[in-house]
Amino acid sequence: MITSSSRHLRSSYDVVVVGGGPAGLEAAVAAQAAGAAKILVVDREAEAGGILLQCIHSGFGLHRFGETLTGPEYAQRALMQTLEHDIDVVTDAYVLDIDERRRVKLLTTTDGVSLLDTRAVVLAMGARERTRAAVRIPGTRPAGVFTAGLAQRLINLYGLLPGTRAVILGSGDIGLIMARRLMLEDIEVAGVFELMPHANGLNRNIVQCLQDFDIPLHLSTTIVEIHGNHRVNQVTVAPVDASFRPLLDQAWQITCDTVLVSIGLIPENELSQQMRLRLDPVTRGPLVTSTMECTRDGVFACGNVVHIHDIVDFVSAEATLAGYSAGQYVAGALPRADNVRLQPGKNVAYCVPHTISTEREHIVYLRTRRQLGACTLRLVGPSEQVVYARKLRYVFPAEMVNLKLRPAILQQFHGDRLRIDVVASEAAVDEDLGEEEVLI
Amino acid sequence: MTQQLTAHYLCIGCPMGCRLEVDEDIESHAIVEVRGFSCRLGREYALQEHTDPRRIVTTTVAIDQAHWQRLPVRSEIAAPKDQGIAICRALRSVRVSAPVAMGDIIVSDILGTGVNIIATRDMRKI
Repeated sequence: MITSSSRHLRSSYDVVVVGGGPAGLEAAVAAQAAGAAKILVVDREAEAGGILLQCIHSGFGLHRFGETLTGPEYAQRALMQTLEHDIDVVTDAYVLDIDERRRVKLLTTTDGVSLLDTRAVVLAMGARERTRAAVRIPGTRPAGVFTAGLAQRLINLYGLLPGTRAVILGSGDIGLIMARRLMLEDIEVAGVFELMPHANGLNRNIVQCLQDFDIPLHLSTTIVEIHGNHRVNQVTVAPVDASFRPLLDQAWQITCDTVLVSIGLIPENELSQQMRLRLDPVTRGPLVTSTMECTRDGVFACGNVVHIHDIVDFVSAEATLAGYSAGQYVAGALPRADNVRLQPGKNVAYCVPHTISTEREHIVYLRTRRQLGACTLRLVGPSEQVVYARKLRYVFPAEMVNLKLRPAILQQFHGDRLRIDVVASEAAVDEDLGEEEVLI
Repeated sequence: MTQQLTAHYLCIGCPMGCRLEVDEDIESHAIVEVRGFSCRLGREYALQEHTDPRRIVTTTVAIDQAHWQRLPVRSEIAAPKDQGIAICRALRSVRVSAPVAMGDIIVSDILGTGVNIIATRDMRKI
């Protein structure tokens, strides 16, 4: 049932899911599969589906559904599945707090505040965009500066065009997708500017979003000033040196009335912080075990609220695990606690989950700090013994690495900590310990 | 043996982004060899991209009596790559009314391309 009124809801649930995007919807279905009966998904928007509803382009779902879908198609499939399983969805609603006794303080537009009891919680609040303020672009503060996702929302849901000639800062996938979207709406894109020496988006988006439309991509270049009193009328851009300092003597001006910033996402964890969950300072998401349980019993998390994913299919996979675990928790069937802590080592920015068990199979997601060609990922024990190694064709900070770990790999290991390194292949030792297919 | 020309493409089929190469005979334009793909779709994409590049076009049309002002749509199959902007321009004058169901044909045979434009979600009437 979909409702926007808390009066149609039960007073107690087995599992309450916070957020009705792809993560939340998938988690709800999985919780039911694990045995939870009464499940509620809470979404703050007028309809569930999350950010996918405004991602009208195609390219989603190849792994999850075996075909290429647009964002709205993926969202609708996820929502239909949820409703078919008789899961309650409340929209125009907001979770204000979840207390120590797992009472959910719910705010709805129609009925104000109500309290619901629940036995388990899944946090699936997603992420929000970094704004101009996050990178402190100098200049005036005129109208016409948007985050890429806001411009996407205005164009795709409201039919409002942000301007006539745009400059895009940041070459992540959202920035690239929006460059194409603007061109298709006859808004000229003067260029995409990327501080790093490499593009941050997928290569296929460089091809189909920029090259198809002859949009120039300027690497190692950034916006150093935004001009205009009421409305943006110009930006100054400049190349940067190896330590990202702008070379102002080589700066040039571009006339434009719109600036889109696409400079990354931040997991949305205000509620998690209120609940005093421990967060990872790198991901800015909750610390999670191999069942996606946070540092409080019965509280699970999945999707972009934990760490930023490249593609929604991986969000769905992670959400299935989190939701299933929440259902198991309710049924008193959660697997035994983890016995190994994972630590990001050489050239690894973070890994999720933060702990694993030597008894079960896991998928560990990680991101590297630097780009490398042929390299080796290795798990290293406390006395520097290499427990497992796998060759990778390349690694790239913008591309998440998925590592499948089977119990057999860890059978010979008896420590309580494993460090993950990703090092250039020359430096690696014992490469033949075992090799597995790269999961893409 | 006549001379060959190698064309380079980057596969857009999945996030792997395989680097594809198509060898063409300079005189007959016959395709001699395709390299660099990791799957069947990659090989098909290379041949398609070399002979008749196509893309799925996605945009929106105006909708009345719905919660949102725009209805997301896409080309049912890939449309000629150079027609993308023209298709979006043509769709700017299209206006529909809710209710609409996912998969409904919004415009058939857009601009004579043989490609239908379909809705990518349900939108109920309010």
